[in-house]
Amino acid sequence: MAALLEISAARREFVTPEGGRLAALDGVDLTVGANEFVTLLGPSGCGKTTLLRAISGFEVLDNGTMRLDGMDLTALPPFRRPVNTVFQSYALFGHMTVARNVGYALEVAGVGKASRDAQVAEALEKVGLAGMGGRRPGQLSGGQRQRVALARAIIAKPRLLLLDEPLSALDRNLRQQMQLELKTLQHSLGIAFIFVTHDQEEALTMSDRIVVMRAGRIEQIGSPRDIYRHPKNRFVAEFIGETNLFPVTVDHVAGNIALGRTADGVELQLPATGRSVGEQVTAILRPADFTLGTAGIPGQVTREVYLGSDLYIFVQPKAGGPEIRVIARDGAGAAEGAAVHLAHDPTSVHVLEAA
Amino acid sequence: MAIRRQSVVLGVLLAPVTLFLGFFFLLPLLIIALYSFLSPGLYGGVEWTFYHWNYGRIFGWADGINEIFEPIYLQILWRSLSFAALTVVLTLILCYPVAFWVSRLSERWRLVFMFLITLPFFSSLIVRLYAWLLILKPTGLFNTALLSLGVISEPLEILYTPTAVVLGMVYVMVPFMFLPLYSAVDNLDRAQVEASLDLGANRVQTFLKVILPQTLPGIMGGAVIVFIPSVGNFVVPDVLGGAKGLMIGNLVEQQFLSARNWPFGSALSMIIMAVVLTVLLISVTRARKAGGHA
Repeated sequence: MAALLEISAARREFVTPEGGRLAALDGVDLTVGANEFVTLLGPSGCGKTTLLRAISGFEVLDNGTMRLDGMDLTALPPFRRPVNTVFQSYALFGHMTVARNVGYALEVAGVGKASRDAQVAEALEKVGLAGMGGRRPGQLSGGQRQRVALARAIIAKPRLLLLDEPLSALDRNLRQQMQLELKTLQHSLGIAFIFVTHDQEEALTMSDRIVVMRAGRIEQIGSPRDIYRHPKNRFVAEFIGETNLFPVTVDHVAGNIALGRTADGVELQLPATGRSVGEQVTAILRPADFTLGTAGIPGQVTREVYLGSDLYIFVQPKAGGPEIRVIARDGAGAAEGAAVHLAHDPTSVHVLEAA
Repeated sequence: MAIRRQSVVLGVLLAPVTLFLGFFFLLPLLIIALYSFLSPGLYGGVEWTFYHWNYGRIFGWADGINEIFEPIYLQILWRSLSFAALTVVLTLILCYPVAFWVSRLSERWRLVFMFLITLPFFSSLIVRLYAWLLILKPTGLFNTALLSLGVISEPLEILYTPTAVVLGMVYVMVPFMFLPLYSAVDNLDRAQVEASLDLGANRVQTFLKVILPQTLPGIMGGAVIVFIPSVGNFVVPDVLGGAKGLMIGNLVEQQFLSARNWPFGSALSMIIMAVVLTVLLISVTRARKAGGHA
């Protein structure tokens, strides 16, 4: 895939109120392809918003380079970058109509009124707000404002669209609907999206690639499946989805299967590839990786959480140690206090080299 | 029942201020309005006969015997309006950038600045204007400094000129312009400014299309609050202005205290009142129009 945006060794430091220095971006390398949907994911303060603002031009890098289509962006002010942003607060112009908001980029670029009106109507149509051009932002619902912000940002056909937690203010249903719509829109527009969120579910749903960030650094870049199934470290594993982490010592290796045992004596089967006896590793199992059966880790259900489609249960292993989180597909035999056995497929276990 | 009780409570709460304003503001105003249509008494006071020459003297009709039309009154009215307008423009130019600067300060320095801007209110206006007199007079601070620096060879004649009056009014009115302006600038949504830049508008376009319209309520508010007291101001021209700096407020003062022509003074007052009401009406209808949009 041709690289649209290339960021290398990006560094940005801030002075903290206490007088210390904090690197919001600490040597970030990132390449985004044309028409790619990339999500920057991480806890607050991880540098994802700073990175987004550095791309839009509102933060100046202390170090590093940034190229868009081979053009050096570093010295360009925000209004000269072929990049548009959907702001978290939407930042709609309250004193203008929806139509003028949407047509703003064309207005300041000197596009004639007739052509502008046609493009505004088209953009409003695209986001499902046809005929709403005459209203004021104050008269719209949160979801509608979101769509206006989107239409306004795509009308000038930027090479790259930046979205700064645009869905965080919407309620759950609307958010899920918008997630799918955004994805569809991105495909039909054929422009690259960089989407910032702290919501891992959102990241998994929408992205071609996810960039997991922590403390100004990129922890891992990969497809949603890759990040979910093969996290590079504990941080990524714990940040993406519910996880059970087992620090185990490899007890013995037999054929394709290695047996690992935790300090408390919980026994897990791991893929044997690369394992050696006595080695200390961390085994990662997602809640859905366990099945309730007659064989496996013996334990007792301590709590159950009903989630609608699934039943979420917490199992205390008999051997001791932390509770294991399990999704029980059918609720049978998973009542609180029930004795259960947790079986798992050894091949679905992801192993981290470090214990 | 509940509504009735509510209106009783409201009535009790509003009664003191209504009575106060009715007695000390509305009643005197009506007296002035009435006096402006009566003929002047020989030694002050009024004669109870209808008399429209008070206005005729100003606007161009006169009997030519008792009252003579003098264009000087319209000139002074015009001067008052233009001085007030100039004061509005100058205070706006002074305060607008400062408001942006202050809104970016840290909380602590902002409080310090707000204290400084309200500091003049702690001392008497007259005293402060006499300080300006000391600064501006030919042997005053300003001229001495310029002379000793060799910028000028003779003292500048600033005192008792229109320049001194406008300067003084700007000085007095700066806080009144600053406060509403600051509040508008402080409420400006920074994200909207960024959105404008992001969408390709350069800094000038962003200022004209986003920042200016967003802070317009503050500009209008400040302009009205500065313009109204400036039109009728008589203290500043009294201390700093000579004959050329005379404003309509001084004329009113003279008519009541020196010339003892109460009806004519009343007519002049009514003209100030008419100007003020017109300005207020325009600004209120404009604000309502803008408010309806938002």
